[in-house]
Amino acid sequence: MSAVIDAHHDDHDHGPAKGITRWLYTTNHKDIGSMYLWFSFIMLLVGGVMALIIRAELFQPGLQFVDPALFNQMTTNHGLIMVFGAIMPAFVGLANWMIPMMIGAPDMALPRMNNLSFWILPFAFTMLISTLFMESGGPNFGWTFYAPLSTTYAPESVTYFIFAVHLAGASSIMGAINIIATILNMRAPGMTLMKMPMFVWAWLITAYLLIAVMPVLAGAVTMMLFDIHFGTSFFDAAGGGDPVLFQHVFWFFGHPKVYIMILPAFGIVSHIISTFARKPLFGYDSMVYATSSIAFLSFIVWAHHMFTVGMPLAGELFFMYATMLIAVPTGVKVFNWVSTMWRGSMTFETPMLFALAFVFLFTIGGFSGLMLAIAPADFQYHDTYFVVAHFHYVLVSGALFSIFGAVYFWLPKWTGHMYNESLGKLHFWLSFIGVNLAFFPMHFSGLAGMPRRIPDYALQFADFNAWSTVGAFVFGLPQLLFLWILVQVIRTGKQATAEVWEGAEGLEWTVPSPAPYHTFATPPVVR
Amino acid sequence: MMSKSRYLAQAAAAIAAMVMTMPVRAALEYNMPVGVTDVSRQVHDLHMIIFWICVAIGVVVFGAMLVSMIMHRKSIGHEPATFHESTKVEILWTIVPLFILVAMAIPATRVLVEIYDTGGEDMVVEVRGYQWKWEYKYLDASLNEQVSFFSNLATSRAEITNQTTKNENYLLEVDNELVIPANTKVRFLLTANDVIHSWWVPDFAIKKDAIPGFVNEAWTYVEEPGIYRGQCTELCGKDHGFMPIVVRVVPKEEFQQWYAAQLGTDSGDEALAVAQLAQ
Repeated sequence: MSAVIDAHHDDHDHGPAKGITRWLYTTNHKDIGSMYLWFSFIMLLVGGVMALIIRAELFQPGLQFVDPALFNQMTTNHGLIMVFGAIMPAFVGLANWMIPMMIGAPDMALPRMNNLSFWILPFAFTMLISTLFMESGGPNFGWTFYAPLSTTYAPESVTYFIFAVHLAGASSIMGAINIIATILNMRAPGMTLMKMPMFVWAWLITAYLLIAVMPVLAGAVTMMLFDIHFGTSFFDAAGGGDPVLFQHVFWFFGHPKVYIMILPAFGIVSHIISTFARKPLFGYDSMVYATSSIAFLSFIVWAHHMFTVGMPLAGELFFMYATMLIAVPTGVKVFNWVSTMWRGSMTFETPMLFALAFVFLFTIGGFSGLMLAIAPADFQYHDTYFVVAHFHYVLVSGALFSIFGAVYFWLPKWTGHMYNESLGKLHFWLSFIGVNLAFFPMHFSGLAGMPRRIPDYALQFADFNAWSTVGAFVFGLPQLLFLWILVQVIRTGKQATAEVWEGAEGLEWTVPSPAPYHTFATPPVVR
Repeated sequence: MMSKSRYLAQAAAAIAAMVMTMPVRAALEYNMPVGVTDVSRQVHDLHMIIFWICVAIGVVVFGAMLVSMIMHRKSIGHEPATFHESTKVEILWTIVPLFILVAMAIPATRVLVEIYDTGGEDMVVEVRGYQWKWEYKYLDASLNEQVSFFSNLATSRAEITNQTTKNENYLLEVDNELVIPANTKVRFLLTANDVIHSWWVPDFAIKKDAIPGFVNEAWTYVEEPGIYRGQCTELCGKDHGFMPIVVRVVPKEEFQQWYAAQLGTDSGDEALAVAQLAQ
């Protein structure tokens, strides 16, 4: 393979441009990937500060720091920023960096669109965050923005929110088109679909989900826009509209969306576990089929978010059964990961720690998901902290932990330096303890009866909330340590080898570390 | 031997004393309430069944994972195996979960069908959500309004802003409670005037959205008189956290007296309405 890399010395290979124009004009998948990742990290910190404001207010009963109006803006923007600004762009960034290197392509298929799809995002989120400083305040209707709270009763700034969502959606669609075009057209000779790395498979399926549902979200916010400004009544009962229609449209987007945020994580974890167990991934084929089944099922379960809206019995039963079915392919994936570890030769570097924590904690989130699928029981769980615990287990210790794992896994490839392993492990353990301390008690406060999205609560919930707040800060602060680890590894550190990890498999480990600005100008041959 | 068992007895007594003198607090609730209706008990049982199934699966999966993490480490010189598929095992762990799911779905379906059986009621109450209070309307057999009143948060501003001590029912107290008779099938019709609200009383296992332009249904049959508290569970704006629900369940005769007092007269028509309501 190294012969391939050396072969293009005399062609018009050039390095990055100098100064700011490198980042503004770049069409290089590695530069764009880095920008996506930095952007999502900034959003993680911004959304994280909002989470800490929420948790500080909830440390004790009574109103201490923020009034209920600001509290609602914090919960809403925390959700929007984490979902659309932190998790999504991080996965797109990883896709940009890794997919071309994993399939032996020189770059993404549509590099200029790649630049555009990134550069839309800072504007979208600047617009969203700016609403917090407007006279009416920012969005305060929850990240699910149910009408008519988000239309007839919304703050005036809602129009900015609608356009921010439109822009983020356009960015996602362009990113998805690019990823599909790259994977389907630019694989190295010999790399059939069923030889693709799991991360590539996961992203191919995710990208189709994105293309299918982002336009539905665009439709929902456009109907909102028309209701607010142009006198229509899509969601206004007083004009003959239907507030429940909004929820159907939103969750038809929203449920695939939550899988969009977990499927790439499945891919990442598959690579990490197989690498550090020094053993090939167990059940590659069934992993692909399971991921596809989950993607298909994600389109027919949306109304399990709406068990309490008063659907007919037949509807409730259908969505309950369909939702329970998801446990089957998800179970297959978890069993496959455990079998990959089984009789391996495991070591526990930071990426592996995050991946193991992912399997452990994501499965707990899966269990609470199964409980939530049971419609009669969901009447008790719905819109309580039990739900908050559930989706933070799958999104924080699931999606976010997989992203942390991926960053540690591929950092040496990106920067050419080994990160500080002790600090990495410290970052892991503080995050692991913090996440569990913050989110595990939420199961209890939810079951005991605490509704979500309330700024103040009855006295019997006080103990669990105090623990959650302590946990939130234990989890939040080490993310600054993560920033320090990143800065350190970019500037200095032990030189990494091309293979980096002993058990590493895949084309990305055949190029030198750091990966040259242009890789695979001549495609490698995959047997 | 003697002295040893005496020490043990003393230690046990000391521990018991410590436990008994621990500060009395609001009983630490950490599980779904069993509730006071047949439906709520069934929902609770369902919740516990699914929970224990998840625990059992968790023990197997996490157990295998932990054994592997301890036994199959490079640091103790374990050499990696090379197997990477087994059709037999993979089919097995697709089929077995399916059977477990069917076993869960059967009781879940049974309970759901019962919850949806809103007919055959003895009386009807309309629940209407507003930003940020509830209105209760007692309807007669032909759904005409007989008695109605608003139910507002009763907790003082001073308690919320930490100027005075919070009372036991902080944020879970209202000025006018919803009063319903025990041993009566009460049907609720839920709607809202502005945005979507959701009416939740955990002890009845009722949570139903109150949606403008829609009328949703729910029902309960409470055997035990008492005071049951809940909250709005759909984000409805600024004071979403401050519109609690309090239901006072009273014996039938007491309800009739209360209802007559609400009607405020002893005219024949209204007395008839009372009779129809509480039978």
